[in-house]
Amino acid sequence: MATGANVLSTREAVERRLHAGGGDPRGLVLQAALLLSLLIALGVLVILIGDILVRAIPVFAERPLDFLTSPLSSRPARAGILQGILGSVLLMAFVAALALPLGIGAAVYLEEYARDTWAARLIRTNIRNLAGVPSIVYGLLGLALFVSTLGLGKSAIAGGLTLAVLVLPIVVITTSEALRAVPNSIREAALGVGATRWEMIRSHVLPYAAPGILTGTILSLARAFGETAPLLMVGAIAGTFSSGGIGDMLTGSYTALPTVVFNWAGYSQDEFRALTSAAIIVLLVVILLVNASAILLRNRYDRKW
Amino acid sequence: MTARTARPSAPLTVADLRITGGRRQRERLIRAFFLGAAALSIVISVAIVFSLLGNALYFLINVDKGALATDGWFPRRDMYDIATIVAGTLVISSVAMVVATPLGLGAGIYLSEYAGPRVRKFLKPVLEILASIPSVVLGFFALTWISLNLVQPLTGAPLSNMAAAGLAVGILITPLVASISEDAMHAVPSYLREAAYGLGARKRTTSLKVVFPAAISGIVAALLLGVSRAIGETMIVSIAAGGTGGSLFQLNPFEPGQTMTAAMTALAIGSDSVRGAALTFESLFFVGMLLFLFTLALNLISDAFVRRVRRAY
Repeated sequence: MATGANVLSTREAVERRLHAGGGDPRGLVLQAALLLSLLIALGVLVILIGDILVRAIPVFAERPLDFLTSPLSSRPARAGILQGILGSVLLMAFVAALALPLGIGAAVYLEEYARDTWAARLIRTNIRNLAGVPSIVYGLLGLALFVSTLGLGKSAIAGGLTLAVLVLPIVVITTSEALRAVPNSIREAALGVGATRWEMIRSHVLPYAAPGILTGTILSLARAFGETAPLLMVGAIAGTFSSGGIGDMLTGSYTALPTVVFNWAGYSQDEFRALTSAAIIVLLVVILLVNASAILLRNRYDRKW
Repeated sequence: MTARTARPSAPLTVADLRITGGRRQRERLIRAFFLGAAALSIVISVAIVFSLLGNALYFLINVDKGALATDGWFPRRDMYDIATIVAGTLVISSVAMVVATPLGLGAGIYLSEYAGPRVRKFLKPVLEILASIPSVVLGFFALTWISLNLVQPLTGAPLSNMAAAGLAVGILITPLVASISEDAMHAVPSYLREAAYGLGARKRTTSLKVVFPAAISGIVAALLLGVSRAIGETMIVSIAAGGTGGSLFQLNPFEPGQTMTAAMTALAIGSDSVRGAALTFESLFFVGMLLFLFTLALNLISDAFVRRVRRAY
């Protein structure tokens, strides 16, 4: 920018004058301290993954497949996470089938239909507050409503419903954001050629908002996948049990991957520490893959209007 | 703009655009479904309040009032000392905020004011990944690494202690504090920064004395939300704080302790209750209601702060 010697010296002179002659060492210290807080976060992440990976090596070295396909057992040499994986898959199916259509529907209503009435404002405030309710409280809701009142018992159905209710507000909030990012001119174009509101939403708004909606809902599924506390409330087994088929889990004893991690974390023997770490690695691989694909999706389809 | 698809044979009339019969009915049905989905959130809130309130009131009416103020929280022995679990929750949240306030705000200021696009592109996902790690994993990490390598060597505390759990909770909420405070500072209009530079202010003065105060509402909101999350955090505390069998009143973070949330998991998985024992089931809902009220109050206050930011700019 500044090539002429004249310009440069003027700028330097002004700068020196304004900065009381010299650089700003304290500014550099501040910048370093701020950067350090991010580096500490990075460091914790690296140590966490590294430490758990190292602990998990014995399990993955000795019986990588056997660990994934064996049922729970109190004998560490035979214990596996099959029931945890099946249970988690089952729970996620419930969440996807219930929370996604209802959450997206609620967001479409709030963004595309509702006028700025007190009722719409009440629903919006309510959803924001629901998103801040601790997950364990949703567990109590599930315990009182699904397990007791509706008589579903301590089954995977009750667990799946509970998790679906838990992620519903998150799905609504992320979908609303994606819908709001679609400019009004797109809507006006559809309405202008005679589309009804729903035709406009289906053919114009939803396709443009789809990447954002998809990213948000994928992330909320990942969140549900790692939830433990509400499942403990509604009776997911934190222990060992024999049955294991998906059919049995629908009506009877079930568990999920994070619940298995919680249970094993309670044993202090080295064998169980290794098993816990291995189960955590499986959990983390799924969650990190899901998150990475969501971020890739967002970057790929990110549209600037 | 050229109308390439217009068919010359049948010019559109107003009648073609009129919404009639089936089309109108379909509109109504679909709108009703969306309205129902939105109204469901109200139903959920009402259900939460009712399910908590019923059992909590039953507990309060039937419990021996003396049992609410004893030496500790031991539901198995009919000792429901509320002060114990509230104190444990406060100790752990305090430790968590001591970690998350500097780390979260530091990260927020750096990302908003200092980071160039390339640094940002690398460091922002680090926070996102940290935020996506399930709390049960951080609980295991607190017990097997933080306690063993940080807390125990420095203080000689037992393996399960509140400090280790609190540190892990702090790490858990750091990304939340960072992202909300970054948003708040990002929303500060650039003319404020330019005005400061125009007066000859340094980068550091501008960041700390102009941008930070201008975003203070959002920053307070970030910290309040962090506290709310810390209070509601369950799995880390259940695994690492050492209160599974109940706990005596404890304010020393280097001792095991019991929080509201860990008391609930202990009751639910049965390590703290005898099957059929008098009021353990109802006490679960009583603690849940306490927790719900605490976090709701914090969330509402923080919401009010966020709205102030929006109004300001």
